[in-house]
Formats: sequence, structure tokens, C-alpha cells
Amino acid sequence: MSSAEANLTNEPSPAPSALLEAREVAKHFGKIQVLKGISLNIASGEFLTLLGESGSGKTTLLRLVAGFEQPTAGEIWMGGERLDTLPPYKRQVNTVFQHYALFPHLSVRENVAYGLRVKKTAAPEISGRVEEALRLVKMQDFAASRPTKLSGGQQQRVALARALVNRPQLLLLDEPLSALDANLRKQMQSELKALQREIGITFLFVTHDQEEAMALSDRIALLRDGALEQVASPREIYRHPATAYTAQFIGQTNLLRGEIHRSIVTCGALRWPVEEEEGPTIFSLRPEAIRLCADGKRQTHEVKFRGAVRQQIYSGASELLEVDCGGGQLLRVRLPASEPIIGEHEFVFSLADAIRVKE
Amino acid sequence: MVLQVSTRSSTRRAPLLTIYAALVFAFVYLPIVVLILYSFNREGVGGFPPRYFTLEWYRQLFADGPIWDSVLNSVIVAAGSVALALTLGLLAALALDRASFPGKALFRRLVLLPLILPGIITGLSLLMLAVFAGAQLSLLTVFLGHGTALISVATTELFAGLQKMDRAQEEASLDLGATPWQTFWRITLPNLKLSLIAAGLLIFTLSMDEIAVTFFLIGRDNTLPLEIWGRLRRGITPEINAISTLIFVFSVALIVIWYRVRTRGLGADARELLERP
Amino acid sequence: MYSRAYKAFVSLPPLLWVGLFLLLPYALMFAHSFWAVREGVVVHDWNLENFKTLYSNPVYFAVLLRTMRIAGSVTLCSLLLGYPLAYYLSFHAGARKELLYQLVIVPLWVSYLVRGYAWKTILGSEGVLNGFLQYLHLTHEPVAFLLYSPFAVVLMLTHIYTPFVFLPIYASLEHIPRPLVEASQDLGAGSAQTFFRVILPLSIPGLLAGATFAFVLSLGDFLAPLLVGGASGTMIANVVQSLFGAAFDWPLGAAIAVCILIITISLLFLSERVEKRWSFK
Repeated sequence: MSSAEANLTNEPSPAPSALLEAREVAKHFGKIQVLKGISLNIASGEFLTLLGESGSGKTTLLRLVAGFEQPTAGEIWMGGERLDTLPPYKRQVNTVFQHYALFPHLSVRENVAYGLRVKKTAAPEISGRVEEALRLVKMQDFAASRPTKLSGGQQQRVALARALVNRPQLLLLDEPLSALDANLRKQMQSELKALQREIGITFLFVTHDQEEAMALSDRIALLRDGALEQVASPREIYRHPATAYTAQFIGQTNLLRGEIHRSIVTCGALRWPVEEEEGPTIFSLRPEAIRLCADGKRQTHEVKFRGAVRQQIYSGASELLEVDCGGGQLLRVRLPASEPIIGEHEFVFSLADAIRVKE
Repeated sequence: MVLQVSTRSSTRRAPLLTIYAALVFAFVYLPIVVLILYSFNREGVGGFPPRYFTLEWYRQLFADGPIWDSVLNSVIVAAGSVALALTLGLLAALALDRASFPGKALFRRLVLLPLILPGIITGLSLLMLAVFAGAQLSLLTVFLGHGTALISVATTELFAGLQKMDRAQEEASLDLGATPWQTFWRITLPNLKLSLIAAGLLIFTLSMDEIAVTFFLIGRDNTLPLEIWGRLRRGITPEINAISTLIFVFSVALIVIWYRVRTRGLGADARELLERP
Repeated sequence: MYSRAYKAFVSLPPLLWVGLFLLLPYALMFAHSFWAVREGVVVHDWNLENFKTLYSNPVYFAVLLRTMRIAGSVTLCSLLLGYPLAYYLSFHAGARKELLYQLVIVPLWVSYLVRGYAWKTILGSEGVLNGFLQYLHLTHEPVAFLLYSPFAVVLMLTHIYTPFVFLPIYASLEHIPRPLVEASQDLGAGSAQTFFRVILPLSIPGLLAGATFAFVLSLGDFLAPLLVGGASGTMIANVVQSLFGAAFDWPLGAAIAVCILIITISLLFLSERVEKRWSFK
């Protein structure tokens, strides 16, 4: 799917103040094409996440913006000036690395001061800004420590401070939370989000974790095999996925494959009216959009179907049911927590919740 | 057949093997122990058993001018070799780690060759170069010979150090605004500190002890090993035992420090790096 | 990430140095082997006489054979001593492994001359060993063959190279994952079987590396024969050395040196190939 099409199904690009523009950026490594003509705008002050599996090209794109790789085609512009022709040390961009890359032979304070030191900033200004940065990430008490003595979460904050102290126009974050354990991760996510809101710097965040992307981003750019699959806000991308891939990658869904014939779509045991053209089609239906039909009645805008419950997985707040609708068609249904449900039942979902998606 | 319960095989008893291992250890250490013992023996280098402890030979040693001149020569050559080998070795290690150019595989082998070739080959070929260039044999030729041969040691150690280094640190430095030159001095070199010290110690020790290559490149001024060699031609005295003992003690001290430096912070992987001496 | 200038800056100096101080000297040596000596002067008369001499002269050929025998003996003995030691350290030393390893490594780097000299004083007719034997009344006269013989050369070089051989074998053994050994025992193989079926095959790369090293360095050694070899213990490198010294025939010496070089490089190359076949990554 070309980026032009992707943009059509999304919200329009935010405010005209696009800070970073990638124009048809492509990258080869030998014979392998890792990025295929990406065009993307990032607005000033935005928190944009590059989301994708490993091999999708998200890290490569980040490194192109940072300056550690050169694009084989296309251009990158920032603030109205050409970016990709500049070496990394001349760009107003700073990176938080996946494994932090803190300098082990320097103390925390010296690490944070590094960027200012090499630009020959005046000493009093350095110490002031370093203090400020450390306070921002709540590491001011560790200024004299060595990075090797710190925990993963602490190192990550120092890495953040080290990048932010330089007041870059754009901050790049390369899966910075992936090395942390689950609880710490959740905590850092909310801190990161709050931090970004507070200081207003544009964040370009890379992750493979879609929950993380949903929690943090103003917009998500989903990458697949080197191309943009969809670029939209979390709500938009969840409610209106453009493709089957997107629907499955972000959250869970049921992919209903079927045929449209004379304004009726038939997907296995399910049928409902649509105003679409004839032909094969795929619909995405989220498990939570389906509910039990206790009284057997259905509204005009709803679709009813019957199925036997094969499996029920309880997860505290909800139940995930696997429902057999006959003919090998299995649907997943998410219901609020209840008692075990067995046997055949009737289910309903709203017409509007069945979203047509491309392959 | 009863299936054996798997035991921690690393500490199982094996008495015969233990004895054999002890014997091998003895074989490796005994000659040196004997040599040290006889440096205190009044009645000379041979015979058994050694009687009459004396420090006479050490007294003679300390009064022996020419020996200490040769020690000074050796130290000068060794220090120079360390500087030369570390500089070129560092560049070579960086080149092997980061650059690709035609003939790189050949270059790598060539750099490591002096390490595995008999010293006579390296010594003779450099002698021919000296003659070809019309140069006088002297400590300078010895220095060039040692330096060249020992680049291989430096390259091996420093290359291993570079591989262990987190590449992202150099990227981080560039990202924060440092130029490649600044990055080299502020980040790359400090990270290589341990490797540089370890390589330096080893090169110094090897240069001080070097004979085979030195044999063909020596001029009028002797290095310590060559000085001792010359005396051996004239006849052996326990004074040679004495200087040998001192060399042994000094070398052991340096090597122990080298080993400690090397394994500090590297853990079990250090043993892997010692694969090819 | 590294600019062209950076790469050129780090590659050129060592390349130039290596070219000047390694390649050129080898080339010169190679060239010399095709030249001749007339009336005490080296003449650039290109010919193959030197190689023919090496082949046809029975004395040189005999020395070459003796050298091969000595090198082979040294390699064999070093393996017989070094391998069990490495095995012991790797599999049976437990907590003391680290300390014992240091004890083996340290003498490795201590002066060749010191160790050779030690043997000289031990093996002589007035030496420590003879004194010891006579003291115990095991012999009444000094045993002659101990010193100034091929035996002495083999003994000394074995002493020198056992730690050299130990190192790569130990590294190889340490690389063997212990679960493999446990699996073998679990399947019913005893210690000996496990050793021959699992451990030994997996340690072959290290074994070959060490053996090649010991052989190649012994082959080109000229100091040991001078110290403890005497007339009967001369090796091929001594012939070369004298041709560059008193016997003044640089071209012939260079020819023999080139032969040593070729044999060495071939062995190293071969050894590497076989090592690769036997390493399972």
C-alpha cells in the first residue's frame, strides 16, 4: 500500500508546522530493500511512534533520521532545511539508544554534560543545564555515580537526560523500554508521556509493542516490510484499521472473509446487508464488539448469529470465548467477566463495528 | 545396564589424572626452580646436592657493568617497541574492525605472521632489508625488528578490545555532537584502556626477552639476552643463574599484572582471548 | 558510519609499514634464494642452483630429516603432556581452575633463554641431573647422551612448547558445553567412552592449532641446538644461521629459509582447513 493511499484513510496530517519531512526515503542493504519509498511528516511537538515487527524497517528509518545511515533514495528535511546530507554531529537531533550506550568511564553528570562539553559550552551554563536535566528525570541524587552501578531503569533515565540536555528539535527513542521488566515498563511509559507533554519536544519513538504505541502516541505509523501500512492516531487506527494486517497487529480481531453479492455480504455463517460493490471482501470485527444475545431479539442495525462455545479463557476483567459457528468458522468474543458459558448461544454485533479492510 | 545419574563432571575425582597433571606441572616448573636454587649455591652450577648458601653471585652480578648496560639497552628498545607496536597495532585493529579494502584478508594474515613464524625467518628477512637499505646494524635495527614483529601482539589484543566495545557508544557520541576525531579521543581510547595496558605489558616483556630476531639485527650494543648469550659461549657461571633468576622474577611479576589487567571486567571470556599466544 | 577519510587514515600507515617491513623483506629473501655467491660477494645471477643443492647434498638433507624428526617428537611429547593437563584443568580442577591456569600461563611468557639455560645446567656431565644420579649411586659415571644430543633438544623444546600446546586445547575444551558430557553419561557411556566419542572429537580444532604451532616453531628453532644440541643435534635453522655467518653463502641460506617458510605456511594453511572441518559452531 503506498503512503498516499495510507494517508487517505487517516486523519489529515496535523498542523501545517511539520518539523520533519521524509520524502520518498528508501534504503537498500546490498540486495535487500529495507525501506521502500517512505513519505512521512512529523509535526512539531508531536509524539509519533514507528510501530512494526522486527524487519519492518522502523529502526532503519530512525537511524536514517539520526544520521548513522544514508538513504539510498529520497530526502529528509527538518525545519525547512535538508537533513540527510548532514553528519550526525551536526544535526539538531538526539537519540536515546536501546541499550542506553552510557559511557562507562564517565560519571552520570559527565555523561549528561557530554554533548554540551564537546560544543565548548561555558562551564557554569553546563552545570546549570545538567542539574536541570537530571531533575527532570529524577536522577539528581545520582550525579556522581558510575553508570555501571545503576539499575536498568535508572540508566534509561540518564540516557534520556543526556539527550534532552542538548534541547534537540527532535528526540529519537529506539525501543528504550524493551530491556525493562513489565511493571517498570508501564511506569516508565507514563513518565515518558508526561515528560513529553511537559517539555513539548517532538518525540519519534520506535517499538514493536503495539500496546506501548497505543498508550504513548499522538499518532502511530505502522510499518510493514519497509512500507507504511497506516498512519493515524491510536483511536483511529484501532477503530478504522485500513488493512487486515493492521487490524490484526493492533489489538485482536476476527477477520471475516467472504463475498458481497447483491448488497449482501456472506462470511461463513454470518450475513448482513452492505452498500459496497460485488466481489470478495474482508471485514474486521473486534471481539469486544460482539455480545451475548440473551433475549433472542436483535435491533435493525445489528447482526445475529448462532454458535457453540468451544473454549473460554478467563482473564480477570473479561472472558475470551472461542465460538464455533459451523463449517470451521471460529470467532473470538470478548465478554465482561461472568460464569462459565457452555453450549450453543446467540450472539449479536452492530453493523457499524464490522469494518471493511484491504488485504 | 543402569543409567548413571549425571554428576557435576567438573569436580569428579580422577586420581591417576591428578597425579599425571601434577607431574606435568613439575616438569614445567622444576628446571626453573633448580636454576633459582643454584644461583645461591657456592659450589657452582652443577653437581648435587647444592650446599653452602651464598649471595656471592648476586654481588658479582650487581658489580657487573656490561650486564647493566645491556639491561638499559633492552629497556630502551622495549619501551620504543611498545610505542611503535601499540600505535601501528591500534591503527591496524581499527582498520580490521571498520574498514574494508582489497587485500584485507592478506593484510590480516601478514600482520599476524611474525607471531607464528620461527624467529629466524623474521630476523633474516629484516637483516636483508637492512643490508638492502645500507643501514648499520644497531639498537635501531633491533628496535625496528621488535616493533614490527610485535605489532601482531598489539593488533590481536586491541582488536579483541574493539569487538568487546559497545558500538552504540561511538554512535551516541556522534549523536551528541562530537566529531569523529573527538569521539576517538573521548570515547574509543578510554574504552580501550585496559587492552592498551595489557598489550603494552606483554610487548614490553616479549621485547626484553627476545633473542631469535635480535640475533640477526644486533650491532655493537647488546641487549640483555644477547649479552647473556655471549657469556654462555665463554663458559657458564652461577652469575648467569643469578641474572636468570632476576629475569624470571621480573617477567613473572609483569605477566601476573598483565593477566590481572586483562581479566579485569572481562570475566570468563578472557580465557577465550588467550587462545593464540 | 565511518567516513572514507577515517578508514584511509587507519588503514594506510599499518599497510605501508607492513609492506615495507614485512612484505619487502620476504621478497628480498625470496630474491636472494635465486642468486649466487662468487668470490665472497653476492651476485645477482638468477639460478636454481641453491634449491638443487638442498636436494642433492646428503648432509643438508640428513639435517632436514633430523629436524623433522625432532619437531615431530617435540609435538608428540608436548601433546602427551599438554592435553591431559588441559583436560584435568577443564574437567576436574573445580574451584582451583583459575589459579592453576595462571600457573600454567605465566612460565609461558618467561624468557626462552632462561629456560634453555636451566636445561643446559641440568643435563651436563657436571650438571644437576648427573650429580643427582651419582648421589643416589644410580650411576657411577656421567651419562653422556643427556646433553649435546637430539634428546636434549627434544627435551628442552618440549619443555618450552608444552604450555603453548596447552592453551588452545584448554580453550577448545572449555568451549564444550557441559550438558553434552552429561547427555553422554545419561545415555550410558562411561568416562573413557565419553572422552573418545564426545570430548576428543570436539577438541580437535584446539589440538590441531597447538600441534601446528609447536611443530612449526620447533622446525625453525636454532637456539636450542646451540644451547644443548651439540654436533649431533644440529637442526636446519642452524645451517641457515651459519650460512649467514661464518660460512657466508647468503643465497643458499636464503633458499633454505624460503623452504622452511614454504613448509611452515603450507602446514598452517592445511591445519586451518582441517580445523574448520572439525569445528561445529
